[in-house]
Amino acid sequence: MLRVSGLDCGYGRTPVLRDFALSVEAGEILCLLGRNGAGKTTAMKAIMGLLTPSAGTVEIDGVDIARLPAEAAPRHGLGYVPQGRRLFADLTVAENLEIGLMAGHGPEGPRRESALELFPVLRERLDQRAGTLSGGEQQMLAIARALCLEPKVLLLDEPTEGLMPAMIARIRAVVTALKGQGVAILLVEQRVDAVIEIADRVLFVENGRARDTLPAAALKNRPDLLERYVGVGD
Amino acid sequence: MDFGPYFLLASLEGAVGAAVLAVTALGLSLVFGVMRIVNVAHGEFFMLGAVIAWWVASLIGIHPAVGFLAALVVSPLVVGSVAILAERTVLSRLHYDPEATIVATIGMLYVIQQAVLMTYGPEARPVQPPFDFRIQLPWFGYSAYKLFVILAAVVLLLAVWWGLTRTRLGLMMRATQIDRETARAFAIPVDRVYAGVFAVGAALAALGAVLVVPVQQAHYLMGHDPLLLSFITVIIGGLGSLRGTVLAAVIIGMSDGIISVFFSPTLAKIIATLAVAMVLVARPQGLFGERAP
Repeated sequence: MLRVSGLDCGYGRTPVLRDFALSVEAGEILCLLGRNGAGKTTAMKAIMGLLTPSAGTVEIDGVDIARLPAEAAPRHGLGYVPQGRRLFADLTVAENLEIGLMAGHGPEGPRRESALELFPVLRERLDQRAGTLSGGEQQMLAIARALCLEPKVLLLDEPTEGLMPAMIARIRAVVTALKGQGVAILLVEQRVDAVIEIADRVLFVENGRARDTLPAAALKNRPDLLERYVGVGD
Repeated sequence: MDFGPYFLLASLEGAVGAAVLAVTALGLSLVFGVMRIVNVAHGEFFMLGAVIAWWVASLIGIHPAVGFLAALVVSPLVVGSVAILAERTVLSRLHYDPEATIVATIGMLYVIQQAVLMTYGPEARPVQPPFDFRIQLPWFGYSAYKLFVILAAVVLLLAVWWGLTRTRLGLMMRATQIDRETARAFAIPVDRVYAGVFAVGAALAALGAVLVVPVQQAHYLMGHDPLLLSFITVIIGGLGSLRGTVLAAVIIGMSDGIISVFFSPTLAKIIATLAVAMVLVARPQGLFGERAP
């Protein structure tokens, strides 16, 4: 589904990712784990085309989109929930969803309905400005906006950051449901317990390089890797 | 004339100025709001609009109304096309860098001005109003065309508001204004939005000029005042705030008209410039602008 190989990318002349590689299949959740500044968010942005790589490929179903403008990524089925939500704060909930709808293919009604079914509370807030929603509601909207384009691959950058436990559970449930629908999910998550619970595989990122990968269930037996790559041993 | 009717006359003159200023400054505000570019060439797009209006009206020459209507369509289209060309060949290549685009638009200012001087000449030339009669009030008669200018400006402002808030193109513009990177992640063609916004901004300046040229005259140096007043309007209204721009245009246009009639146009400009200074001290973000986080 999503295959990244040999990706070199950075900000201006400052390289961040070096020979970065990963793959995620349909119905699989791959979690990127690493310290702050390891290159996880840069990897997400490079895959979305928001940063132009100097080398490497980003393939969706065999089509390389690495050199295409960022606008092309959603057309190829990539949905993105950025770190910090990055909602269009002055636009209403309905308008934020409309932007997601515009980015996808096919009839918009069913796509909008299926996104709202996952987060019914948004239905009551459609005319409210996104910036006035609570933190949890904003995160729901950020995910719903990405789901409106019916992505084949969903990139989630720290979706539970700063949320209350009940909201975290809700978002985990939605992510698991999306996996069940065959969506390939690339997740950046700092909470190891959450990773073990929902991810299939873990890929450690260090100094802009993809390092060890292992099944998420094996994570609790490898405190050495957690200590080395994340800085938490137990 | 008694004070009351004299004040009414001054207010009507102010309203005409405010109407044209609102349309012109809205273009500048739109460009700054969405693209974060200070377009120093905005006044020259205004001047180009007036010159093209004269050219179209003289070329058609059947009836002043036909020439004016043709100018109302052709002038913003031509000026918008020039703006797209400038955006694609200059601004996009500078990656919309704020400092570099200021220098680039200063360059555009001189290129447009000198090109018009070389082709159109230094003369000031009038465009006949589409209709030329006066509406008789109890105290004085007033140009029906000037009242039409106010009405046309209101219609244009409503059209821009409708376009921005009720169409998908407007939604794309607003999303790009808020967060360019996230807009790109949702398939919004930001480069094309920028080109379109720059063209719309220039076309609004041209429309303001077409409306005003029957009561002023087309001249290659006529862009200075609209540029200065547009900047004053946009700063007082709040950079990028369209609502603030329109409100500030009404305040500045009305006060400019009234002070010009009762005292002198120079005093009106001095007071407007002082008002900017006071706003910058007391409320740097303008009346409706948001303070930077």
